[in-house]
Amino acid sequence: MIPSIGLEVHVQLRTRTKMFCGCPNRFGDDPNTLVCPVCLGYPGALPVMNGEAIRLTVMAGLLLGCRINLQSKFDRKNYFYPDQAKNYQISQYDQPLCSGGGVEIVVGGEKRVVGLTRIHLEEDVAKNIHFADASGVDFNRAGTPLMEIVTEPELHSADEAFAFLQALKQILQYGGISDCNLEQGNIRCDINCSVRPTVRDPLGTKTEIKNMNTFKGVHRALSYELQRQIREVEKGRLIVQETRRWDDEAGVTLSMRSKEYAHDYRYFPEPDLLPVVLKQEDVDAWRGELPEKPADRRDRMVREYGIPEYDAGVLAADRMVADFFEATAKGCGNAKAASNWVMVEMMKCLSEQGKDIGAVAITPAMLGELIKLVDGKVLNMPGAREVFAVLFEQGGDPQAIVKEKGLAQVSDTSAIEGFVDEVIAGNGSVVADYRAGKQAALQFLIGQVMKLSRGKANPPMVRELLLSKLG
Amino acid sequence: MQNADETFDVDYVAKLARIFLSEEEKATFGRQLNDILSYVQELSGLDVEGVEPTSHAVPVTNVFREDVVRAGLEHDAVMRNAPASRSGQFLVPRIIE
Amino acid sequence: MSDPTGWTLTRAAAELGSGGISSVELVKALLERVERVDPGVGAFVHVDAEQALGFAAAADAARVRGEAGPMTGLPVAMKDLLNVRGQPCTCGSRILEGYQSPYDATVVARLKAGGAFPLGRVNMDEFAMGSSNEASAFGPTRNPWNTDRVPGGSSGGSAAAVSADLALAALGTDTGGSIRQPASFCGCVGLKPTYGRVSRYGLTAYASSLDQIGPITKTVEDAAWLLGALAGYDPYDSTSVREPVPDYRAGLTGSLEGLRLGLPKEYFIEGMDPEVEARVREAVAVCEKLGAEIVEVSLPHTRYAVGTYYIVATAEASANLARFDGIRYGARVEGEDAIDVYGKTRSRGFGPEVKRRIILGTYVLSSGYYDAYYLRAQKVRTLIRRDFEEAFGRCDGLLTPVAPTAAYRLGEHTSDPLKMYLGDIFTVTANLAGICGLSVPCGFTGEGLPVGLQILGPAFGEATILRVGHGYEQATAWKDAKPSLGAGGAA
Ligand SMILES: [Mg+2]
Ligand SMILES: [Zn+2]
Repeated sequence: MIPSIGLEVHVQLRTRTKMFCGCPNRFGDDPNTLVCPVCLGYPGALPVMNGEAIRLTVMAGLLLGCRINLQSKFDRKNYFYPDQAKNYQISQYDQPLCSGGGVEIVVGGEKRVVGLTRIHLEEDVAKNIHFADASGVDFNRAGTPLMEIVTEPELHSADEAFAFLQALKQILQYGGISDCNLEQGNIRCDINCSVRPTVRDPLGTKTEIKNMNTFKGVHRALSYELQRQIREVEKGRLIVQETRRWDDEAGVTLSMRSKEYAHDYRYFPEPDLLPVVLKQEDVDAWRGELPEKPADRRDRMVREYGIPEYDAGVLAADRMVADFFEATAKGCGNAKAASNWVMVEMMKCLSEQGKDIGAVAITPAMLGELIKLVDGKVLNMPGAREVFAVLFEQGGDPQAIVKEKGLAQVSDTSAIEGFVDEVIAGNGSVVADYRAGKQAALQFLIGQVMKLSRGKANPPMVRELLLSKLG
Repeated sequence: MQNADETFDVDYVAKLARIFLSEEEKATFGRQLNDILSYVQELSGLDVEGVEPTSHAVPVTNVFREDVVRAGLEHDAVMRNAPASRSGQFLVPRIIE
Repeated sequence: MSDPTGWTLTRAAAELGSGGISSVELVKALLERVERVDPGVGAFVHVDAEQALGFAAAADAARVRGEAGPMTGLPVAMKDLLNVRGQPCTCGSRILEGYQSPYDATVVARLKAGGAFPLGRVNMDEFAMGSSNEASAFGPTRNPWNTDRVPGGSSGGSAAAVSADLALAALGTDTGGSIRQPASFCGCVGLKPTYGRVSRYGLTAYASSLDQIGPITKTVEDAAWLLGALAGYDPYDSTSVREPVPDYRAGLTGSLEGLRLGLPKEYFIEGMDPEVEARVREAVAVCEKLGAEIVEVSLPHTRYAVGTYYIVATAEASANLARFDGIRYGARVEGEDAIDVYGKTRSRGFGPEVKRRIILGTYVLSSGYYDAYYLRAQKVRTLIRRDFEEAFGRCDGLLTPVAPTAAYRLGEHTSDPLKMYLGDIFTVTANLAGICGLSVPCGFTGEGLPVGLQILGPAFGEATILRVGHGYEQATAWKDAKPSLGAGGAA
């Protein structure tokens, strides 16, 4: 059985104000405090388009390789629901801002482009809060700009859908189109999926799962729903075209069997808003402002810094991480070290503490300094890791931290010689083993010298001195 | 356009419009709306091939707003207008999803 | 000094300016007359005397400080669908019971900025849907010229208030004739501006692509003056147009010399009241005598206008009125679930005419019917617009009747909505085409009912139609006629 999956991804745009009024586009305020006659649907209120939302949607379209439709308009989509202020949603029906385009995904080491149908702009709805006996409605989110990205039914597995969402999120964050903060509901998606016996068959009857707000949830819901459909078909049953709800706790999709009336959205052109007619030169100018896409950046970083493609891919996945890496590499002149530090130590600390790279105390300048100290043999790696931990927590001057903690590497030959002599004198049997040809004994002796120096001796020098003294 | 003898499905449309109608209203509206629809039937005789539809009476495009915050309404004034509210929210019968 | 309630806006401004009267005195005189006369007319639905007198006192104080503008101290009656901060805005409907407006419509804000202020709220057909003012939840308004007759609609309260000297001037709205027809029925001047001339922000929408706010006044000069105060681009209404606002009063030369005026043959039809036709033709003759060249023109798609109008207007209305659901404001009937609340609230809150239009509008947009009704109507709308473009290529304005009849009896059309809709035949075209139109009194029927002359102009041609209307008005004495109602203090 071959699954076909299409996604409708709703992305909240990063604007200062709502789509059609001057209320702040902001998360987390007290309910119904970011509202005005327009976003509450008061009698007499009229919408006026936020030009920045139009620009961001076009930018998204350019980043995703869409065709930008110079002629575009808004329509009213009519349906009653308590999260709607006007009981119609201002959306785009037959003239979306962008058509076509695609997103490159990598699954199982293979690259593939997933086609997009369109991107249109609409207004978000209010938020419902459920009490035990009733529901409450908060209109702070109502009317914020929402971009809807519709894919072709070209995804074939839960893994692909997951990879698609990851890749899309990366690109949109790169472009500054959206913060893509999942906890704040910046990305929500509806799933359409069906199965068919072979690619030569027409698409099967689809079901829809609405309002998923985590990528993991999408993956789990799809894994379940596709299995369910396959089981049904294999039992010879028909799939019912319906909307299903994902029950995250039970891990199943359920038929909504709602008494909801048939949908008849009665779209018609929004008389309160005039058409959008973009100028080609404006679109071209915006194209010039596009940031580098993650895949392009990966390739460039390989060329420019000589780091492995895998490393570049990991770094490029997050715009801020990549920015950090590049600034560090340029500052210290050692790209390989910069890449290692960011990929290993930085990632480890970030994931341990659940932090965002934007929220840490260490700066690229500090890390660059630290790398220089290692390169200049002032610090060895264990000492450098200790300094990094301090910088990560509270920032500061690496050199000062080295001094304060007494971490400076000992590269003074006479000092190390003293340690070496002491170790040789105190480990007669091991020395004998070494001399008898047991190579492992050398490692033990090096370890003893390091221990004696409290980790500060320069390891290559220790090795060299031991070798010469042991003859 | 519908045939003159086709009767107007008041039930379906009233449901879409979220208006409950009494039997009497259904009968009256059904009759009156059928009259009106057969009157507008006149339009079907007109050749509109290739005519652009008019949705706006003004030939203007691209009216945008700057992305600048403007003061909205006071929360208390907003909630005073609410027929039912709780904890600063508009209250509705429980929404089952 | 004469009774100030009988003054025009212009006269009142002069008296205020010369210290002949204070704004408080003027408002008191009007309120006193409203109290005495309005019970027999039913023009006002809400009067906040304290608030109006407060505005008046503030205006008088501004004058003392030397901060008075030309409009300072002038009260204007507001149709009940215009938002005025701190006032109800019921739109003639039960569904907006309890709603207090937290903001001013742009027209209200502009009047206030110029020193004028709202006097009170006047009656209307519910949500501006109607041509007789009988479709108001507050009961009908009566025609001051004959209280058995309707004042027209939907701005019937505005026209009746001005006609009965309960207000110096009023604002109305016109979606298919709702300023011009009641002005004509009540013997007032009514101006429907070009679509986009006046901001709609704060006007509770009936049909967004057709609605315009305009003045109903005692003279053309007052209408010209008020339009100047209301007109202009508004950043809160995307459909308002950046078009300079001329000094409309300065253009009232009194002469019709050099103007070519068209008589559209489709506007003089069989079945119209012969007395109405006679008055309009007499008015045309006066215009000719005043120097205008009269030519016959044709607007061939006129017969499709009423059907087109009722499809476009009700479709837009079905969406515009969806917001009245009992959740955020207004009246509500509790129910088991949201759908139940909607259905009960809306079936109790809306009157029959509103329900009828919402259902018609929902139908013409519904799946399977959109192309046949709505899309086709929008295309016919294009044809109607082109008719006018062609006509205005040949002449500066058009002269027509406002309505096929004078004011009819209360209850005469309530059981046959289609018949009432057909009464809009001469007015809906201007809204569909987005052009401007003026209604000016042009005499009376044998029964003493006013008749109106309609002067249609091209988009942003207000200066021309006001000039024509003013020239005609100055050459005739109709503006001096007053209904006997409440005359001499004996209502
Ligand atoms: Mg959508
Ligand atoms: Zn708002």
